[in-house]
Amino acid sequence: MDMDSALSLIASALRLSAPILCACLAGLWSERAGVVDIGLEGKLLAGAFAGAAVASLTGSAQLGLVAALAAALLLALLHGYASIDRGGEQIVCGMAINMIAAGATALCGAALFGEGGRTPALEGAARLAPLFAGQDAIALAAPCCAAATGFILFRTRFGLRLRAAGEHPHALEAAGVSVRRARYAAVAVCGLLCGLGGADLALAQAAGFLPGMSAGKGFIALAALVFAKWRPGAALLVCLAFGLLEACAIRLQGVALPLIGAVPVQAIQALPYLLTVILLAGFVGRANPPAASGVPFVKGR
Amino acid sequence: MTARARSPRWLEPALAPVASAGLALLAAGGAVAAIGENPFSAFVAIVAGSLGSVEGVCFTLYYATNFIFTGLAVAVAYRAGLFNIGVEGQAGVAGIGVALAALNSAALPGFLAPPFILVCGALCGAFWGFLPGILLARRGSHIVITTIMFNFLASALLSWLLVAPLRAPGSMQPETGPFPGVALAPKFDDLLAQFGWTLTGSPLNASLIVALLAAVGAHVLLYRTRAGYEIRAFGANRHAARYAGISATRTIVGAMAFSGALASGLALNELAGAQGRLILEFTGGYGFVGIAVALMGRNHPVGVVLAALLFGALYQGGAELAFERPKISRDMIVLVQGFVVLAVGCLGARAPQPGKA
Repeated sequence: MDMDSALSLIASALRLSAPILCACLAGLWSERAGVVDIGLEGKLLAGAFAGAAVASLTGSAQLGLVAALAAALLLALLHGYASIDRGGEQIVCGMAINMIAAGATALCGAALFGEGGRTPALEGAARLAPLFAGQDAIALAAPCCAAATGFILFRTRFGLRLRAAGEHPHALEAAGVSVRRARYAAVAVCGLLCGLGGADLALAQAAGFLPGMSAGKGFIALAALVFAKWRPGAALLVCLAFGLLEACAIRLQGVALPLIGAVPVQAIQALPYLLTVILLAGFVGRANPPAASGVPFVKGR
Repeated sequence: MTARARSPRWLEPALAPVASAGLALLAAGGAVAAIGENPFSAFVAIVAGSLGSVEGVCFTLYYATNFIFTGLAVAVAYRAGLFNIGVEGQAGVAGIGVALAALNSAALPGFLAPPFILVCGALCGAFWGFLPGILLARRGSHIVITTIMFNFLASALLSWLLVAPLRAPGSMQPETGPFPGVALAPKFDDLLAQFGWTLTGSPLNASLIVALLAAVGAHVLLYRTRAGYEIRAFGANRHAARYAGISATRTIVGAMAFSGALASGLALNELAGAQGRLILEFTGGYGFVGIAVALMGRNHPVGVVLAALLFGALYQGGAELAFERPKISRDMIVLVQGFVVLAVGCLGARAPQPGKA
């Protein structure tokens, strides 16, 4: 492989990993604060739709981005209300978010644009153009978000409290800090990051919205989160690796490799899921989620 | 006892499902109104489309067949305290078993082919449920994440099989050749044809009977056998169950395998019943609807059958509605389903108040 194609492979890996990284960091915030979120997929989708719809109606990618953030935030707060205030089953609720997003985006898309749920193709200022080395603004911002997440969660008082809400909420409450507020803050950041990822999907990677365009990226992000053992730095690396895998899968289609022969694309696509299963089973290392994630918090008497 | 008035005992199990159905209807009505259509006439169109004609009822029952299977699969695992999101994948792998059995069943005597296909599908589905179960029991893997991953693994496996080894020779489509006649589930239309009555054109087939038998079987298993008692005890309190000598490994693995076997019915209805061949993505999200069906049916086989009928009517009515009013797409059903899951699974639950728990 020559230098040029290696560089272009890395560039496309970086580009493809951006939505996964955003969703993965979103899950990291939420789960670190004790709210399990399998609704990342739905929030990505909602962000992608709102972004594309508003960008298509106004012709401005910036307004589209704002709409994407707002839509995903709204769903995140719904998830927060059900799982923090109502003490609902967080996994069931995450599934509900996925269904609501899948239904609402396709329904609104069909009603607004009448093209079977897709938005019209975006052009010009309605898309996020590549800024640097073929990378759009969100693809460049995503690694910075990972760094910021690491700093905020592990180097600030706010982050310490947030992590305490996910590890030992009663200790946090005893210290006089509201677990509810910490969890809501985390869920809100989760929504914003998902919105960012969704906007990247619809405004930068594709030129518009297609029903179901998140295509399991929210679940890959969940896998990446397990892989990264809920750590931001590792999340960055894992998501880049998954992006690289995706870029390779596209390039290796029908190419015969030395020794192995042609690798089925499906095998490469299935690799992240398979590795996650193996890691979760503890055959290679151990991945332990934050202790109180998934447990509704009930104030002590 | 508090002074609060209590509803009659017979009413209580129905209260939450009916309330959540009401909430979901309200949300859906709001969505329809937001699109600029009349919610009431849309509702009438759904009812008329699903129950207003023989065809409509047949299609409703055909969809309900899928939902009985997937709803039971989710419910049985839920009774053991396990959230099985992998019904979609289990049905997908079961589809491979159904297809392999069906394609090789031409040599079998006609009365042996259906049970052979049924058992092969159930074994494959059970295997795909067994794996996450054993990983949880022996290695402590999180069942939800593992079953999600197994959904994707199943879909990758299915798409690879249909692109390469199982694709019908000379076909451009990723699908197998048609199943031989003995492998097809008898259709309701065939029965009508015997009497010379008008055909409905629906894919309703004998799988519905299998589904109802599966519901009875699940009920007997859960409430009349020792294994079912162990499943329910383990789901209610796994520490107490373990203390009482109930094997965690056996319960988890058994419940997940049984759940996967129930999921295989979706493959039966779709492949041996409707399609007559193995196609890509035949599971069509029905496995996820199973979550809504199970929650609404309170994880009880009788409730699951009732909820499956409701969702069957919604699917059929929704399709008719989308046909009549192109502005309202079929995805409205997915939205309704999401609100049902949200209402039953999360908003209905309330964290125990301090001092009371």
